[in-house]
Amino acid sequence: MDNFQYIAVLPEIGLTIMAMVALFMDVYLPNGQRRSIAIVSFIGLMILSIVPLIFPPIDSSATYWGGMIRYDVLAQMFKVMVIMAGAISCLLAIDTKSLGERGEYYLIVIVATLGATLVASAADMIMLFVALETISIPLYILAAFRRDDQRSSESGMKYFFFGSFSSAVMMYGLSFIYGFSNETNLYAIAQWLGAEAFSTNPVPVLAAMVMVFVGFGFKVSAVPFHFWTPDVYEGAPTPVTAFVSVASKAASFAILVRFFLAVFPESLMIGGISIQAYWAPMMAILATLTMTVGNVLALWQSNIKRMLAYSSVAQAGYVLIGIAAIQSQTELGVASVAFYLFMYTFTNLLSFAVVILFSEATGSESIKDFAGLSRRSPALAITMTIAFLSLAGLPPTAGFIGKFFLFNAAVEAGLTWLAVVGVLNSLVALYYYLVVIKIIYVDRSDDADKPIAVSNPYRWVLAITTFAVIALGTFAVNPIFNWARESARSLFV
Amino acid sequence: MTFPLLSLIIFIPIVVAIIILFMDGKDKQIIRVMSLITAFTVLILSFAAYVGYYNEVNNLESDLTALEEAAEPGYATAMFKRQLALEEHVEWIPNLGISYHLAVDGLSAPMVLLTGMVAVTGVLISWRIQDQVREFMSFFLMLVAGVYGVFISLDSFLLFFFYELALFPMYILIAGWGWIELRQYAAMKLTLYILIGSVFSLIGTIAMVFVAGSFFNGAGADLFAQAIAGGVLPASTTPYSFDIVQLMLAAEGGAFDVVNYLGIESLTFAKLWFPFVFIGFAVLAGVFPFHNWSPDGHVAAPTAVSMIHAGVLMKLGAFAALRMGVQLLPEGAQVHLPWIVFLTLINVVLGAFIAFRQRDFKYVIGFSSVSHMGLVSMGWATMNITGMAGAGLQMFSHGAMTALFFGCVGMVYDRAHTRDIPSLGGFVKKMPWVALAFVVGGLTSMGMPGFSGFIAEFPIFVGLFRASEEISLTIGGFTLSNYYAVIALLSALGIIITAAYVLRVTHQVFFGEFNAELYPEVGNIAWSDRIILLLLAVPLMVIGLYPNVMAPMIEIGLRPVIAILGG
Repeated sequence: MDNFQYIAVLPEIGLTIMAMVALFMDVYLPNGQRRSIAIVSFIGLMILSIVPLIFPPIDSSATYWGGMIRYDVLAQMFKVMVIMAGAISCLLAIDTKSLGERGEYYLIVIVATLGATLVASAADMIMLFVALETISIPLYILAAFRRDDQRSSESGMKYFFFGSFSSAVMMYGLSFIYGFSNETNLYAIAQWLGAEAFSTNPVPVLAAMVMVFVGFGFKVSAVPFHFWTPDVYEGAPTPVTAFVSVASKAASFAILVRFFLAVFPESLMIGGISIQAYWAPMMAILATLTMTVGNVLALWQSNIKRMLAYSSVAQAGYVLIGIAAIQSQTELGVASVAFYLFMYTFTNLLSFAVVILFSEATGSESIKDFAGLSRRSPALAITMTIAFLSLAGLPPTAGFIGKFFLFNAAVEAGLTWLAVVGVLNSLVALYYYLVVIKIIYVDRSDDADKPIAVSNPYRWVLAITTFAVIALGTFAVNPIFNWARESARSLFV
Repeated sequence: MTFPLLSLIIFIPIVVAIIILFMDGKDKQIIRVMSLITAFTVLILSFAAYVGYYNEVNNLESDLTALEEAAEPGYATAMFKRQLALEEHVEWIPNLGISYHLAVDGLSAPMVLLTGMVAVTGVLISWRIQDQVREFMSFFLMLVAGVYGVFISLDSFLLFFFYELALFPMYILIAGWGWIELRQYAAMKLTLYILIGSVFSLIGTIAMVFVAGSFFNGAGADLFAQAIAGGVLPASTTPYSFDIVQLMLAAEGGAFDVVNYLGIESLTFAKLWFPFVFIGFAVLAGVFPFHNWSPDGHVAAPTAVSMIHAGVLMKLGAFAALRMGVQLLPEGAQVHLPWIVFLTLINVVLGAFIAFRQRDFKYVIGFSSVSHMGLVSMGWATMNITGMAGAGLQMFSHGAMTALFFGCVGMVYDRAHTRDIPSLGGFVKKMPWVALAFVVGGLTSMGMPGFSGFIAEFPIFVGLFRASEEISLTIGGFTLSNYYAVIALLSALGIIITAAYVLRVTHQVFFGEFNAELYPEVGNIAWSDRIILLLLAVPLMVIGLYPNVMAPMIEIGLRPVIAILGG
C-alpha cells in the first residue's frame, strides 16, 4: 500500500517532470529546432496518458497522501482523458504563428493538465480547491497569451474576473460545509451533514450546495454561469480554446460528480427528505436551461469559434442530463456522463484542429469563409463533417452513442420529459451544424482553387481524433462503456 | 458461422464509399465504375437473399400454421422468429442489451430487393453528374447502406442507428446536388421533419425497453425463461434488451397493457406511446399532416436521390411504423389506428387532388407519392391480413413505380431543361422508351389489372371492407361503426383522380405536337438509361401477371403481426 501511493500519482509526477523538460527546452533550444518542444510534449504526454492504464487502481475506496487523493476507476478514466487532451492540445499549437515556438505555452498547458488530473482524483476539499486553481490560473494566462491582440487580452481579463469570482463563491460554500461538519475529506462529510441539526432547517446545507455548484457551473459553463464562454473562446488562441473546452470541462465534471455523490449522497436525509430530491431537479432545470440557451444562441453566430463556444455550452447541458439522472441503484447516469465526456474530448479537439488549420491558412474565423472547403481540402472537409456530425449526435459517430446513453439514463431515472427536451434540443443543434457542413460542401467561393496544406503533425491529430470519434461510435463502444460503468461503480464503493 | 450475406450488403457500400472518399477527385470515370460495380454487387446479393427466402416460403407456411394452431403462450413471437432468415447475431453493448442483430423476413426481403434495384438505377442515372463526383457517389453509397440497415435490423437500437445514418447523406445530397432554387430549404425541411419524428419514436422505444425489462424481471419471468428454452431468444440475453424479438415477446405477454400507467386510470403504456412511435416513423412515409416535406424534398433532390427517396425511404417509414409501432404496441394500434385511418384517407385523396393541379412534372410525381403512401398506411390500419398484405405489396410496387417515374422525369428534364408540363409535348417521338416506361408506371399507378398496382391496391380495399365489420371507433360515448367501408369508397375517389392526372401528364408530355426548336437536345436515350427503365418496369409487370413471386412471402411476414393483433 505504501508503494502504491507513489503509483497513484505517477501521472502527476510525470507531468511535473514534463513541465520542467518543456521549460528547459524553451531556454536551451536554438531557433531552428523549437518545433521539437511540441513534439516532445506530445509524445511525453501521450506516454503518460497510458500510465493509468498500466497501473490500474487496486482498491477503489482507498485514499492516499493523507486522504487527499483517491485513485479509483473514475479518476483513472478522467486522467487518461485529460492527459490525452493535453497532449493533443500541445501538438495543435505546433505550427501556429503566435504560439508554436514559445516554450511557455507548452509549460503552461502541461501544468494545467496536471491540475486537471489532480481534480479528477481529489478526495478532499482543500485538494479540490488547489487543483481547480491549478487549472484555472494557467488558463487565465493562456487566454491572454497574445498580448498584442486586444481580443486575447480582453478574454484573459474576462476569464480571470469571472473565474476568481466564482472561485470565491465556491470557497465560501466549502467553508460552510467545513463549518457544519468539521471535516475537509469529501467522504467524511456526508455523515456529519446528516446530523440532527438540519432535520428542521435544510436551508443552510442547500445554500452551501448551491454555492459550491456555482464554482463548478462556471468551469463547465452551465447557464447562467456561461457568460465568459463565447468571449474567451473567441479571444483566446485557438489551441487554448480547444484545451479549455475539453480538459478543463471534463475534469470539472469529474469532480462535480464525485463531490455531489460523496457529499450529498441519496442516503443523506435532510429535513426528512433525501437530499437528492433537491439536487436532481435542480440539475434537470439547469440542464434544460443550459441546452436551450446554448443551442438557441449558437444559431445566430457568424464566427466559428463563437458558435463552438455556444455549442459547448449546450453540450454541457446534455451532460447535466446524465447528472440529473444519477441514481444510487444503477450506474447508468455516471457511466453515460463519463462516456459522453470521453467521446466529447476527441470530437471537440477534432473540430478545433480543423478550425486552427483553416484560420492559420486563411486568417479567417468566419463561418461563411468555409465555403468551398471541400474543394480546397477534401480531407479537412470530411473531418470537419465527422466532428460536426458527432457534436450533432448522428451516427456512425461517437456523438450518437453518447447522446443515446444520456437519454437512456434519463428515461431510466423517470425523467422522460428531460430526455424529450434533450432530443428536441439536439434538433436545434443539428440545424446549425448542418448549415456549416452545407457551406463546406455546397457553397462556392473565389478561393476554391487555393488548396490548404496540412502539415504532418496535424495529419496525426486529425487521424487520431477522427479514428477515435468513429471507433467510439461503432466497434469500441462496448469496452469504453464498460470502463465508464466501472468508474461509476467505483464511486458507490 | 454461416455466410454473412446481410452484413456484406451493408458493409460493401460503406467500405467502397470510404475508399472513394480517399481517391483523387479527378478520376471521375473510375469512381463511377466503382460505384456501379458496388451497387450491382449489392443488387446480386439482395437478389440472392430474396430468392433464398422465396425457396423457403412453403416450409415457412406450414411451420407458421403449426405454431398458430398450437397457440402456446408467446406463439406470435415464435412465429416472428421462425420466419426470419439469414440471421446474424453479435453482442454489441451487452450491458444495455444492444446487439448487432440482422435478419430478413417476409416483409423486408422484397424491400431489400427493391433497395438493390434503386441503388443500381440511381448510380446509372447519376452518370452525367460532373460536379464533385467523388463526394456524390460516396454519400450515395452511404445512403444506400443506411437504408439497407433499417430494413434488416432486428435490434431497435440498430434500427435507429441506420435510420439516422441515412439522414446526413440524404441532406447533403439534396442540398449539394439538387435543384438550385429549392434545394437548401427543402433539404433542411426534410431532415428536420424526419428527425423530429424519429426522436419521439426513439424516446418511446427506450421507455419500452425499460418497461419490458421490469416485466421480464417480474410477471413475465416464466415467459422469458420459456422463450429462451424454446430458442426464440438467445441464451445470452438479459431482461433489458433492445432486441425487437424480445420486445415483441414482452408485448405479447402484456407488458405494455398494464393499466394505471403514470397513475392515470385506464391509461396503458401502449395507448400513450403508440401515436408517438407510429406517427414518428410515419412522418417519413408522408402521413398527413406531416407530409409537407415530401413533395419539396422530392422535387429539390437530384434524380437519383428522388428515386431512392420516394422509392425506398418512404417505405422505410411505413416499414418501421409497422415494426416498431403496430408489432410492438398492438394494443395501442387497436385503439389508435381507427382514427389514424382518417389521416391516411386525407393523404390518398388530398395528395391526388394536389397532384392533379400541378404544372411542374416533378411535383405531380411528388404528390402522387403522398397519395400512394397513404394507401400503405391505410393498409396497416385495416389490421387484417388481406389489407396489410396489400399494403406490403404496395410498398414494393410503389417503390419501383415511383423510382421509374422519377427516372423518366429526370431523363426528360436533362434534355428539355424544363419541367413545366404545358410547354412540353410530343416526346414520344423522340423518346419512345421513356414514354413507354412512363405509361407502364402510369398504369401501375392507376391500379390496372395486369400490373402490380392492382395486385397491391385491390386487397387493400377488400381489407377495408372486411375491417368495416370488425372495427369501430368510440369517442366520448359516441360509437362510429362500419365507417371503414366509407373510407374505402372515398379513397376510391383518389384512385379516379390518380387516373385523371396520370392520363393528363402522359397526354401532355408525351403526346401532342413536338416543338423541335424549343427542345433541340431531345433525342433518344442511352443504353444505360434503357437498363434503368427495364430494371424498374419489368418487375411491375411480372408481379402484375404472376403475383406469387412476392405475395405469399409478404403474407408470411405479416402473419406474426396479425397473430399479435389477436387473430
